Amino acid sequence: MKGMAKNPLIEFRNVTKRFGEKTVLDRVNLKIYENEITTIIGKSGTGKTVLLKHIIGLLQPDEGVILFVGKPLAEMTRGGWREYKRHISYLFQHNALFDSMTLFENVALPLVQTTSLSKEEIEAKVMSRIEQTELTDDKDKYPAELSGGMQKRAALARALVTDPGIVLFDEPTTGQDPIRKNVILSMIAQYRRRFGFTAVLISHDIPDVFFISDRVVLLWEGTVGFEGTYEELTRLRHPMLVEFLNSLEGLQDEMTGLLSKEGFRSCYASVFSDEALAPETSAILFTVEFDLPEETLRPEARAEVMKTIGEHTAHHFRPLGGFSARRVLGEILTILPHTKIREAEQLMDNYAGELKEQAVIALENVEELKRGTGHPFEVRIKGGASEVSFKDDIDQIAGKTGASQRVVATLTFDGRGIGQ
Amino acid sequence: MGIGRPGIGLGERRSLVLRFFAAVGRRVLVMLGDFGAIFIFFVISLGGIFSRKQLTEMAWQLYYVSATSTGIVILVGLFTGMVLGLQLFYTLVQFGSANVLGTAVALSLVRELGPVLTAVMVAARAGSGMAAEIGILRISEQIDALDTMGIDPVRYLVSPRLAASVIGMPILTAFFDLVGIIGGYLTGVLLLGADAGAYFYRVQSSVTFEDVRGGFIKAIVFGVTVSMICCFEGYFCHMRTESSGAKNVGLATRAAVVLSCTMILVSDYVVTSFLT
Repeated sequence: MKGMAKNPLIEFRNVTKRFGEKTVLDRVNLKIYENEITTIIGKSGTGKTVLLKHIIGLLQPDEGVILFVGKPLAEMTRGGWREYKRHISYLFQHNALFDSMTLFENVALPLVQTTSLSKEEIEAKVMSRIEQTELTDDKDKYPAELSGGMQKRAALARALVTDPGIVLFDEPTTGQDPIRKNVILSMIAQYRRRFGFTAVLISHDIPDVFFISDRVVLLWEGTVGFEGTYEELTRLRHPMLVEFLNSLEGLQDEMTGLLSKEGFRSCYASVFSDEALAPETSAILFTVEFDLPEETLRPEARAEVMKTIGEHTAHHFRPLGGFSARRVLGEILTILPHTKIREAEQLMDNYAGELKEQAVIALENVEELKRGTGHPFEVRIKGGASEVSFKDDIDQIAGKTGASQRVVATLTFDGRGIGQ
Repeated sequence: MGIGRPGIGLGERRSLVLRFFAAVGRRVLVMLGDFGAIFIFFVISLGGIFSRKQLTEMAWQLYYVSATSTGIVILVGLFTGMVLGLQLFYTLVQFGSANVLGTAVALSLVRELGPVLTAVMVAARAGSGMAAEIGILRISEQIDALDTMGIDPVRYLVSPRLAASVIGMPILTAFFDLVGIIGGYLTGVLLLGADAGAYFYRVQSSVTFEDVRGGFIKAIVFGVTVSMICCFEGYFCHMRTESSGAKNVGLATRAAVVLSCTMILVSDYVVTSFLT
């Protein structure tokens, strides 16, 4: 299990929290590791937010202890506590923006109040975060003048403006449209890669949130029902998990039109339901890579490109009996039952040829690509095919196909804008 | 045996009396606890005043507490002075002492009515606003947000309001006193015909530095009382058990104004006893 050899950054030991008669957290044991994204899932009212508020010190446990790098939070000195708070940030479920301040003032507040940065330095940092969250035109507006999604992004900008080491996200994608949900999750993953913070995330956006998560914690009626990786979560077919996942997950990935992870697993299991009659099956793994600096193309436009490619993939292989799903960000895995490896490779080349023609037409609708980015760039689609046997699990298939990947299509954009 | 309803025995009456005193005692203990908590809140807030980062917020709060209340304070001060001029003139005339009208109006205003009525106006206008604003910040998790950002919410929200009230209240009181004296002149001299020279001579000769200092001490005490009660009620509105959410903000605001006005009068008596 990933991270088990390391010492936890934050650890809950038998933490119990009661509100009156109601026990919200019941002897919770939990470990959060450095530089990992830990996602807490669970039905509403199971104590997810209460758990997060214990980490930041807004609530104290009635019983048990919370450790930060092995030291109990309750025994921290005032200076130690101040230092701890400086490295931790919290994105509230309902944003908690200051109504009487503009968006810019809201984002600047933690820097103005807790640092000795100059006015120019603060302005530069704040504008950088505002630009990253695509709110530049709205920086002088008050929270009441912003949509729910924009308020969420403003709160995200405020949470990240101090470059925290630990960020606690309480439902960061609530109220966002499907594209922005993915943009926010991508942003969290990107920031984690760039700044190396530790994230604890509460989310109901299954399966999207699993693409960026290192560890998953299932909170069930105040106790930790599961703690581990997503792969372990799905292998462990505990009735509690099945009930939870079924209650949350549809069969469609609303972002790409591809199958969700659960839908994909279910289709895959049905292909090999009878070992003796299992057809000859192949798999193709597509990886989408952007050859340009991250700042050149906004995450929203990247998400649109991924969506177009995902829709094209689903549309292309479905008539052939194939089914596809995103594996991680930028990777699409397609299973082709009744297909030999040579046929799969041929299909992959046909797909690539068609993609070049159709994807560029579809991408004309992306405003940013239509307008032009100002910089030439390429989107490379790599593909690799392999045979699949009934013993292979999805990770093994991805590993095999990934090893044989080559560039099958390159979408070139001259930066002047499509159709101009 | 004359008291009590017929049919109620001695034991039962004793039990009723005990229950009454127990209820009163519990209420008094709760009040003492609240006053203790407000005092601790005051000490913490006082410690937060002396920070460079507070200056801008203090200036804003001073503007909000003082500058925006000036109009209403002047209006109330003017009419209070005018009523004093009317009432005192007719009373003093009966004793042939109309020439001491200036003394009576000025001392009444500077020693008592100026600080008390100014504080009541500030409690009603700015104090209710403080309680409501801080209460809304509390129920919308904005106070928690400050805490998570490493900003001490008491320092950021309460200390500037305390400082603004302590600075602003004596200034407003001075306005009130001045306008009140003019009001007394309008009715006593211009309307009823008292001697203008005698009026201003008496004002000047009877009001001593001790009177002005006493009035300002009261204004400062009332500033602390009003700001602390109002901020405290708003800050802890989520702890109220009667209701929740926005309704708690309303209840906290109401309690803040009522308690502030009561405590202004109680502390007025206490301060006056020390000053005389």
